[in-house]
Amino acid sequence: MHPAPSVIVFSTLSGLGFGLLFWLGIDPTPPTGLTAFVFFAIAYALSVGGLISSTFHLGHPERAWRALSQWRSSWLSREGVSAILALLFMGLHAISLIFLEMNATALGLIGAALSLFTVFTTSMIYAQLETVPRWKTPLTPALYLSFSLAGGALLSGLVNMAILLLVIAAIFQFIWWQRGDAALSDSGTDLGTATGLGERGTVRSMAHPHTAPNYLVREFIYVIGRKHAQKLRRIAFGLTFVLPIICLLLPFSHVLAIIAVLSHVAGVATSRWLFFAEAEHVVGLYYGMR
Amino acid sequence: MTDLPAKTDRTLGLVIDLDTCVGCHACVISCKGWNTENYGAPLSDQRPYGTEPMGTFLNRVHSYEVQPEQGSAQTVHFPKSCLHCENAPCVTVCPTGASYKRVEDGIVLVNEDHCIGCGLCAWACPYGARELDQAEGVMKKCTLCVDRIYNENLPEEDQIPSCVRTCPAGARHFGDLSDPKSDVSQLVESRGGFDLMPEMGTLPVNKYLPPRLKDSWDDQSLLAPLLEPVAEEPQGFLGWLDKALDKLPGGTA
Repeated sequence: MHPAPSVIVFSTLSGLGFGLLFWLGIDPTPPTGLTAFVFFAIAYALSVGGLISSTFHLGHPERAWRALSQWRSSWLSREGVSAILALLFMGLHAISLIFLEMNATALGLIGAALSLFTVFTTSMIYAQLETVPRWKTPLTPALYLSFSLAGGALLSGLVNMAILLLVIAAIFQFIWWQRGDAALSDSGTDLGTATGLGERGTVRSMAHPHTAPNYLVREFIYVIGRKHAQKLRRIAFGLTFVLPIICLLLPFSHVLAIIAVLSHVAGVATSRWLFFAEAEHVVGLYYGMR
Repeated sequence: MTDLPAKTDRTLGLVIDLDTCVGCHACVISCKGWNTENYGAPLSDQRPYGTEPMGTFLNRVHSYEVQPEQGSAQTVHFPKSCLHCENAPCVTVCPTGASYKRVEDGIVLVNEDHCIGCGLCAWACPYGARELDQAEGVMKKCTLCVDRIYNENLPEEDQIPSCVRTCPAGARHFGDLSDPKSDVSQLVESRGGFDLMPEMGTLPVNKYLPPRLKDSWDDQSLLAPLLEPVAEEPQGFLGWLDKALDKLPGGTA
């Protein structure tokens, strides 16, 4: 799949933002006043910034509001609705903490649940797709949720929780990669089933419909950077998990905390780039490019 | 609404005969022509005369080689367009309700005024049947020529999809696949029509008819007995003539 920068930025930033909102929402002794303002400003900058970025890849962003209508059937629509509700509830929670210095527990809990659900809906957009065997697994929501919770804990300064969740997310990431590499061949879909001619012999693509690449080839058959995939995985793993955990284990300092956060964000972005760039869409089979 | 209808009144679709298709791409061109001038946004081209031309097509013809374990390989030309699936994943993923499947005839369409161009329906389609138009920013797909098949301003013989009307080989057939007596259903029945990627659970409406297996030189031709020499030795008048000519000077043949 083509790794569209807007979608990578969206899923990286909004995952962290909603993760932070979750921890702010369930905190029994949340920050108030100016400290609360700083935390919520970061969370909103990440989540809203991510959401706005996601509209950049649309053909008609001015119609984006229509995407809120089909929540009964579409995960993408559910994501939009859930994100707005989460931001609304957490916004009220933030106002009461910043300006009234009052902890409205119920608002926070509802907002936290909606924040987490938003991350789940994002993951289901990918996990629902039969056409991308690498994504079609319950491990995809597990991956997104564990990343979001770990990143949120890191941002909210919950050191022990962050270490624990980073380890859990690292395990999910490892299993997800292991499973993903065999997903297409395990799915049983190949050029034989795609053309229905597989029982007659080995099917080979002899000529593409057109001499130059088309929308399908560009969007779904992304192969650039595959040769560096293993290297990038190691980099992503080191930046997302290893370096932040080391920083958290060392005696606390603000410099180390900033390094941990920046390293984590860069790592998640790399992991998300791989999430798309390595994903094989079955339409590539018709082009003999798998 | 992007919920799929539980049942459609009719199930219009195509039956494509891989035995007959010669890979001429005439269906591709007639589709592009009709759908650029009629329903919805035109099918744009990018750099049509440049080094790497790109454009939106609703129908594309692949060519494959099938190599059996024994014997020579077979070339199969393979037209592919929207299969108007009964369980269309492109419809249910749509966040705006722009993609829908019609209850009256099962055609899957896009309401281009509501499409935000997010591309998720194209992601959900295993067949590559949907293409995001690079100029219009909306999703384009085969409409089964909905603006021809019900268009009473056209002569009756033209009230079929453009690709079917154009095919010079007669490799494309259009009809109601929910009616077991229809020509298309009979073709599927008698020729063993099959689905593409049945494991995806999309229940495609369009069916493909398999190509005949390739002949071998060892096969007995039906015409072979007629091509045998009628008599090895000439008899009667021709026999006399043969002998008489042999006796003349100048050597025998």
